[in-house]
Amino acid sequence: MTGSAARNLPGSPPTGPQLVKPKAVLELKNVAISYMVRAGELKVVPNVSLTLHEGEALGLVGESGCGKSTLAYAIMRYLGGAGRLAGGHILFEGRDMGKMSEAELRSIRGSRMAMVYQDPMSSLNPVIPVGRQLMEVPMVHSGAGEVEAKERALTMLREVKLPDPETLFDRYPHQLSGGQQQRVVIAMALMAEPSLLVMDEPTTGLDVTVEAAVLDLVATLRRKHNTAIVFISHNLGTVVRICDRIGVMYAGELVEEGPIAEVFRDPSHPYTRGLLNAIPSLNADKRNRPLSSIPGQVPPILARPKGCVFAPRCIYVEPGRCTTRPIDTVLYGETGLHRVKCVRTRELPRHARAVAANGNEAAPATASAELVLSVGGLEKAYHQSPGVFGGGGYEVHAVDGIDLSAGRGTTLAIVGESGCGKSTFAKVLTGIEQATGGTVQLSGAEIGRTPVEARSAATKRAIQMVFQNPDSTLNPSHSIGYVLSRAIRKLRGIGGRQARAETEALLKTVNLPEEFASRKPRQLSGGQKQRVAIARALAGEPELILADEPVSALDVSVQAAIINLLVEIQQKRGATLLFISHDLSVVRYLADHVAVMYLGKVMEFGSVAEVFSPPYHPYTEALMSAVPIADPEVKRERIILEGAIPSPTERPKGCPFATRCQRKVGAICDEQTPPERRTSSGHRIACHIPLEDLKAAEHFAF
Amino acid sequence: MTATTTPRRHAGFLARTWARLRLLKESPIGMVGAFLVLFWIAVAILAPWISPHDPNESNMDALVDPSPSAVNWLGTDNQGRDILSRIIWGSRTVLGVAPVAVIIAYAIGCFLGLLAGYYRGWVDQLINRIADIILSFPAIILYIIVIMRLGPSAFNIVMAVVFIASPQIVRIVRGMTLELREQDYVAAAKMRGESALYIMLAEILPNARGPLIVDACLRMGYTTITIGVLGFLGLGLPPPDPDWGGMVKDTYAMMSIAPLMSLFPAMAISSLVVGFSLLADGIREISLRD
Repeated sequence: MTGSAARNLPGSPPTGPQLVKPKAVLELKNVAISYMVRAGELKVVPNVSLTLHEGEALGLVGESGCGKSTLAYAIMRYLGGAGRLAGGHILFEGRDMGKMSEAELRSIRGSRMAMVYQDPMSSLNPVIPVGRQLMEVPMVHSGAGEVEAKERALTMLREVKLPDPETLFDRYPHQLSGGQQQRVVIAMALMAEPSLLVMDEPTTGLDVTVEAAVLDLVATLRRKHNTAIVFISHNLGTVVRICDRIGVMYAGELVEEGPIAEVFRDPSHPYTRGLLNAIPSLNADKRNRPLSSIPGQVPPILARPKGCVFAPRCIYVEPGRCTTRPIDTVLYGETGLHRVKCVRTRELPRHARAVAANGNEAAPATASAELVLSVGGLEKAYHQSPGVFGGGGYEVHAVDGIDLSAGRGTTLAIVGESGCGKSTFAKVLTGIEQATGGTVQLSGAEIGRTPVEARSAATKRAIQMVFQNPDSTLNPSHSIGYVLSRAIRKLRGIGGRQARAETEALLKTVNLPEEFASRKPRQLSGGQKQRVAIARALAGEPELILADEPVSALDVSVQAAIINLLVEIQQKRGATLLFISHDLSVVRYLADHVAVMYLGKVMEFGSVAEVFSPPYHPYTEALMSAVPIADPEVKRERIILEGAIPSPTERPKGCPFATRCQRKVGAICDEQTPPERRTSSGHRIACHIPLEDLKAAEHFAF
Repeated sequence: MTATTTPRRHAGFLARTWARLRLLKESPIGMVGAFLVLFWIAVAILAPWISPHDPNESNMDALVDPSPSAVNWLGTDNQGRDILSRIIWGSRTVLGVAPVAVIIAYAIGCFLGLLAGYYRGWVDQLINRIADIILSFPAIILYIIVIMRLGPSAFNIVMAVVFIASPQIVRIVRGMTLELREQDYVAAAKMRGESALYIMLAEILPNARGPLIVDACLRMGYTTITIGVLGFLGLGLPPPDPDWGGMVKDTYAMMSIAPLMSLFPAMAISSLVVGFSLLADGIREISLRD
């Protein structure tokens, strides 16, 4: 450690007194982890060394299957029956965890080190009130009495900013929202003031506004308690918010590690560069620059290459030097804190950051384009019929009067958090659900109330969909070739040899080799499955492609490739794309028009340039400020929304956003439906605040 | 890498099934089960050639000493008939009736279960209520009522088993259908205009097969027991044709003098039942691996 000077980097939050040499909380020395499986021993992590000091936060990033979680579990010494520490040492507060007994490990876990998982429900006991669960921590680990434990539990609940801790204390986990559950889990982890907190994708399942609040909370608590954190995430933006150091993992190896600002300013491993480039950012949009993806995929453990593990996907690979023997970790940069596992580090061209590509501001694709889709006052209500005993009997408005339209060959993005009705809207378009009010016209024909079974062949052909979850989008029993040829036959009435030729053409369109026709979905990776799903949607040469979060389940490197594919297909075929997403940077990149939805209503609608610059609807503003930006140099004011999204059964009477709005004017918001304020160009905002006042907002760059 | 991704384009259905079955080698329990089941299938097929005696022929001399001998390897029963031959021929009853009954029960159970789970609403209500009514009777009493009403015969045993097993299968298939119908690939099939029948049979049913195969194996075991019990209650095949349950019934009165007479057929029943359940365990084990 060269001292404290290097630690005062921009972007790294102050970490206590810098004059004394910080104490190492966790040291991994040549740690190797393997799993015993039928085929033998799998060396999941061959050799990782790193040190974490008191109060430091280290982010671990990388694609799925790179060993991030395995490493986290190894740190907790909690690898399950099949996993074991195959080599090296894990020192926690100077003691070798490999030599500790089960009893010692138990007393450390939960008191000196704690873990927060992705799914809060799996860490909370569903039959015990949350307060009781919190009380157990001091009672078990420090022998506190009931009264003292309760006092401490309440203090902790207050500290994680949960509203009304006294009431919440007696609630059961299922009575809390996802964000509240995760706060309780964090409270529980911090109860015993651990010196190390391991967080495995703690915000992945949360909505972006809730995520922002949880991340802020973690950052605050970390500073207050001086807790060291290992923060695992696939989202570089969240890592930037929390961490002062970052470790990039690839195929079980730590390929680059260093202070976060330095790694982002000067990423030296080609894999890190690939990850950073794959994020849509900084004014890039589909018209001026395709996203760069990392071709190929993480090699299976048994097929890892001999030399550099990244060599097969690396654009800078030099056969021989990179591919013959294991790569050493070398120091890089001036600080002596930045380590890289690459032999060509010093020869690589300096990483060019993606800069705003000239002021080519999104001119929305020909505004006069003929409308393919026009939606007027669309409503979808679900009726809950009264039960046998007369209870219940209410209506839930999932979609509550929305007006939208999309021109031929353009992309309309629908943005909103879970429960905003965006997926219900898509279901009505597909005919799987029927509208209960309003109109939906596809090229002039009304389809809102026609179930898919009753739609004409031409209509079915005209609307196709790409789904969110790659694992449920393809029937595991059918081969890819069958899936595609069946779609071609049903939608276009082509069979036999011609269908086979078409299938091959479709596979080529989505950049998959012909041999894939004989594969089953389980032989494909997530990104490949999504490609097949896109090919299937294209089989009928549709006019309108609905894409419901098509990339949200994919790694960022794969995500870029799929988005490029969608853009390319749209440009080539002139199809209209309805893109549903919660990821604003992707929307910014891909869309021509954007609709922001909240509780079944459209809060803001306009061209992408209009929606992404002031005036913003207060909700849009909150969403934008909440998006974690993968750039330590971007500092922005964050608007933290309090409370959770109201359930659709208890919809507010006035503006749906009134209960959480940061710009709430007063009683008028609760009581009156906000007027729709329009500009001459068609930009609409549903808010009581005049547009002039909304214009004063900060401009959020992406 | 290429080794794992070799295209298996022309691998036929039989070849794939065989490849699947070969996985069973990795489950010792499954292998034991498969061996027991295949053993009895072979016995049933080869009965005319391997049976040492006519199963219905009484050997009056043997009545004096029914215990196993060089002529009657497993001894003779209360009427002097060769027990080994009767067990061998009796395997035909069980292995003829049980699979037929289970297959028919599955055909009906799957169909109704798919309808109930796919359409939900009143179709589901109707099918479920009927299944509930049948399931609310103790199974054995139902068997007795059904067979007494129809009269004992192989066909009627099949009918009885189908009547009682299919509601249970309806329940399983309905549950799985409710879950699978929400999969995105079902929505995709609807969007390309597939008929409800196609969706049920080609999109939903194949993905329910894992648990159903395991259940079918177990159910073969239960049915074997049922057939034994019916035989024991005198509701099996009409005499003199051999049937394992009937053999126990004919001889259990002599339990204290000649216990082997009922022990051997009882062992035949249990070995086949155990065979089926071990096979089910084996299949479950290998299906969990992938």
